[in-house]
Amino acid sequence: MGAIAARRRTLPGFGLTMGLTLTWLSVIILIPLAGLLLKSTELSLDQFWAIVSSRRTLNALRVSFGLAFAAACVNLVMGSIVVWALVRYRFPGRRIFDAIVDVPFALPTAVAGVALTSLFAEKGWLGAPLAALGIKVAFTPVGIFVAMIFIGIPFVVRTVQPVLQDIDAEIEEAAGSLGASRWQTIIRVILPSLAPALLTGLALAFARAVGEYGSVIFIAGNLPNVSEIAPLLIVIRLSEFRYADATAIAVVMLVVSFVIIFAVNRLQRWAQDRVPVR
Amino acid sequence: MTIEVKNLVKKFGSFAALDGVDLKVNDGELLALLGPSGSGKTTLLRIIAGLDWPDSGEVAFNGEDALAQGARERHVGFVFQHYALFRHMSVFENVAFGLRVQPRAIRKDEATIRRRVKELLDLVQLDWLADRYPSQLSGGQRQRIALARALAIEPRILLLDEPFGALDAKVRKELRKWLRSLHHEIHVTSIFVTHDQEEALEVANRVVVMDKGRIEQIGSPDDVYETPATAFVHGFIGESIELPVHVVDGAVRFGERALNLAADGLAPGASKLFVRRHDMLVGPPGSGAFEGAVQHVRNFGPVQRAEVALSGGETIEIDAPRDRELRAGDTIGLRPRRYRIFAG
Amino acid sequence: MTMQIADSAPLSAPDARARARAAAARNNLRTEPKAVRIAIITLAVLFLSVFVVLPLVLVFAQAFSKGILAYFAALAEPEALAAIKLTLVVAAISVSLNLVFGLVAAWAIAKFEFTGKTFLITLIDLPFSVSPVISGLVFVLLFGAQGYFGGWLRDHDIQILFAVPGIALATTFVTFPFVARALIPLMQEQGTQEEEAAISLGASGLQTFFRVTLPNIKWGVLYGVLLCNARAMGEFGAVSVVSGHIRGETNTMPLLVEILYNEYQFVAAFAIASLLAMLALLTLIAKTILERHLDEGYDVNDH
Repeated sequence: MGAIAARRRTLPGFGLTMGLTLTWLSVIILIPLAGLLLKSTELSLDQFWAIVSSRRTLNALRVSFGLAFAAACVNLVMGSIVVWALVRYRFPGRRIFDAIVDVPFALPTAVAGVALTSLFAEKGWLGAPLAALGIKVAFTPVGIFVAMIFIGIPFVVRTVQPVLQDIDAEIEEAAGSLGASRWQTIIRVILPSLAPALLTGLALAFARAVGEYGSVIFIAGNLPNVSEIAPLLIVIRLSEFRYADATAIAVVMLVVSFVIIFAVNRLQRWAQDRVPVR
Repeated sequence: MTIEVKNLVKKFGSFAALDGVDLKVNDGELLALLGPSGSGKTTLLRIIAGLDWPDSGEVAFNGEDALAQGARERHVGFVFQHYALFRHMSVFENVAFGLRVQPRAIRKDEATIRRRVKELLDLVQLDWLADRYPSQLSGGQRQRIALARALAIEPRILLLDEPFGALDAKVRKELRKWLRSLHHEIHVTSIFVTHDQEEALEVANRVVVMDKGRIEQIGSPDDVYETPATAFVHGFIGESIELPVHVVDGAVRFGERALNLAADGLAPGASKLFVRRHDMLVGPPGSGAFEGAVQHVRNFGPVQRAEVALSGGETIEIDAPRDRELRAGDTIGLRPRRYRIFAG
Repeated sequence: MTMQIADSAPLSAPDARARARAAAARNNLRTEPKAVRIAIITLAVLFLSVFVVLPLVLVFAQAFSKGILAYFAALAEPEALAAIKLTLVVAAISVSLNLVFGLVAAWAIAKFEFTGKTFLITLIDLPFSVSPVISGLVFVLLFGAQGYFGGWLRDHDIQILFAVPGIALATTFVTFPFVARALIPLMQEQGTQEEEAAISLGASGLQTFFRVTLPNIKWGVLYGVLLCNARAMGEFGAVSVVSGHIRGETNTMPLLVEILYNEYQFVAAFAIASLLAMLALLTLIAKTILERHLDEGYDVNDH
C-alpha cells in the first residue's frame, strides 16, 4: 500500500492532462515534423547532397543565412540603442514607442511585406529619395535585408529590456564611487550582465529572419541566385512537385533552427546561473 | 480524533526528509512540531494532511488507514504558512469555499452557509472584514481568516504550518495567546509546526522536537526544557553553554582539568557538557569546577551577561544575578548548578 | 536685517537650486551627458519611425488614397468578404483548439514536478522557430497527393489540403505555443498552495480548476488568446503553402492581400491590409492593458 501511496500526487489530473498534452503535441507538432525527417530519409546521401549543393539552393541558403545574420547584427546594435533609450531616459512619446516595438510581432507579415515594398519602391516615400542617391532597395538583396531588420526589431529589445530594468542601481553607483568613468561602468559592469540577453536576442532575431517568408518575398525581387530566399525556393519546388528538393532544403533549415534553439537554451541557463539568489 | 504515525520515511532524491518517524497524537491535544528548517516537520505535517505522500510507513486516524484517502476525503483543516487565501474571493467567500464545494447531496442551503460563515468570522473576531479581499488584509488578519476557512469544514484535525512565521513579533505574541484560547474553546486535535522554541513551549500541550528527519524528543514543554533527552535538544531549546569534555575512569575532564562533576553511568570517551547560562554559578577563584577571566559584561535587567574566557581555552557566556557585580578583568570560579553530559 | 534676508532669499534661491541641480547631475552616476542622451533618443526614435511607423502609416494612406468610397467598395467585394469570413473561421478553430491545449498543458507542466519538463517546453516552443513555409510543407508531405496519407484521403474522398481543414491545421501548428507559453510561467509563479488549500477543503479537481485556478489566470488566458488570435489571423507563409489559392474559397485575408497586390489593385490590397493592421494595433493596445493586469496578478502574492 505504501508503494502505491508514494506515487500519488496531491493535485488531481496529472495523468489526464499529461496524456492529452503529449497526444496533442504529437498529432500537431511531432508527427508532422517527423514526417518531414522521414521523407528526407527517402533520399540517398548523394541525392541529398546534390540538391543541397546545387548552385541555386546554395545561393538561396547563402542569401537567407547571410542577410539574416547581417540584419540580426543591425538589430543588436539598434536594439541596444532603442532599449537604452526606452529604459533609461524619459522623453515625449516614450510609452508609444515602447508599444510600437511590438508591431513587427503583431503585424501580419504579408501586410508588412506590401507596406515595406511600397515604401522602398522607386516611387515610394523612402524609395524615391534613396533612388536619387543611386541606392536601389526594393527588388534587390538590400530589400531583403531591410525586411529582415523590420521583423527582427522586437527580439533584442524585448529580451534585453527586463534585464536592463532589473540591474541594481547600486551596482552602477558602486562602480562610479570606485572611480570608474561612465564609459568604463557601461563596458565593464553593465554590458557583461546584459551579454546573455543580447546574445539571446541576436539568436532569436537571426532564427526568425532565416525562416521569414511573408514580409520578404514582396520586396525581394526573387531573382534566382541573387535575391531568392530559401523559404521561397521551398515554395517554388513544391509548386513544381519536386517534393524531394523542398524536403532537403527544409531539413537543412530545420537543423539550423534546432541548433539555434539549443544555443538559446544554453544561453538562458547561463544567464540564470549568473543571477544572484535573492 | 487520535493520529498515529508509524515508521514514516520520505526521501527527496538522496535527502531523507523523514527518516523513520513514529508519533502518537492524543484526542484534543495541541501539539507542536519544533525543529530547525530542514528537520522534516513540515513534510510530516503535509503527509498527515494528504498533501504529500510518504515512501513508506503508516498514518492512521482513530485507527483507520489515512493513506488510503486523498487530501479531499481526510477532513483535515490545513492552515498554510503563507495562508494560501484565494486572492480573487472576498473573505466571506474564502471561508464559505469548503461549504460550497461539498457534494450536492450533503451541501447546506445558502442561509445555513451564511450563518455558519458568520459564526466562524465571529469566532476569529473579524466579521467586519467579510467583504474585503485578501490583499486588503494585514498579515494577522489573513492568518485568522485562513484559520476560519480551515475550520469551516468542521475538520477532524487542525494542522497549522508555521502559523505565525510570517508575522511581526508583536502580532505573533497576541496570536499565540489567541490560538491557545481558541483551541481551548473548540478542542479539536491540532498540530502546529514551528521553528520558534518560545512559541512551541508557550502554546503547546506537548512538544515534538525534530532534527534531520528524526524525532529527538517528545514531551511536555517543561520536560523538553528541563530534561532534554539529547544533545541536540539541549542545544536547540533554551540558551546553553556547550563544552567539549572527556569522560575518563568515572571522572569528567575539561582539557587538562578534572571537573568535580558526577559521571555515574556515563560511557567513557569524548562527550559534551551542557549547562544553561543561568545555571553557571559564580564564586571566588578556586571555588568551582571552572576557572575563568571575565572579558566583558553587559546588563540585561535583573541579570548581567558576562563573557568569560575559561582557563581550558573556551569562551562562554553566562547569566549571573546582579547581587554581585562582575567587572572585566575579574578572575572567577564557576560551578554548574545543573548540567547534562551527552556522549559524542 | 531681516528685510534684507527676506529680499535676498528669492533672488539667490533659483541660483542655488540651479547649482544644486548641476551638482546632482554631475554626481549622478547612472546617466550620460546630455548630448549623448539626445543622440541616443534621436537614433532610437528615427530607427523606429523609419522601420515601423512609416510602413504602418503607409498602409492606411494607400488604403484611402482613392477616397473612402473606393476603400469600402474594395472591402465589399465578394472575394474580400469570403476571405474575411474564412480568416475568422480558421482563427476560431485554431484559437479554441490551442486554448484547450494551452490550459491542459499548463496544468500538467506548472502544477507538477516531473523529469523532462524543460524538454517538453522546448517541444511546445518548436513552432516558434520553424519557418512558416516549413510549417506548411510538413502538412503537404502528410496530406498532399504524394503524401503519406494522400492516397487514403483520396480513396475516402476527404479533402484536407487546399481546403479549410488544411488551413486550420497549419494555422494551429504555427500558433501552437501561444496560450501554453502565456500560462506556464504565470501558473508556476502562483504555485500550488491555493489549489492544495481547495483540495484540503474538499473541492474536487474540476471545482478546484474552475473556482480557484481559472479566476487567478484569467488575464493570462486572455493574453494568450489575444496573441494566438493575432497570429492566426495574420499567418501567411504556412497558409500560403497549404491553401492552393482558390479564389473565393481558400484565400484568407493575408493571401488575398498578396493576390491583389500582385495584380496591382493597390487600393484593394491595402484596404484588406488596413483591416489586418488595425487588428494588430488593437491587439497591441489590448496587450498593453492586459500586461498591467498580469503584473498585478504576479504582485498580489500573499507573501
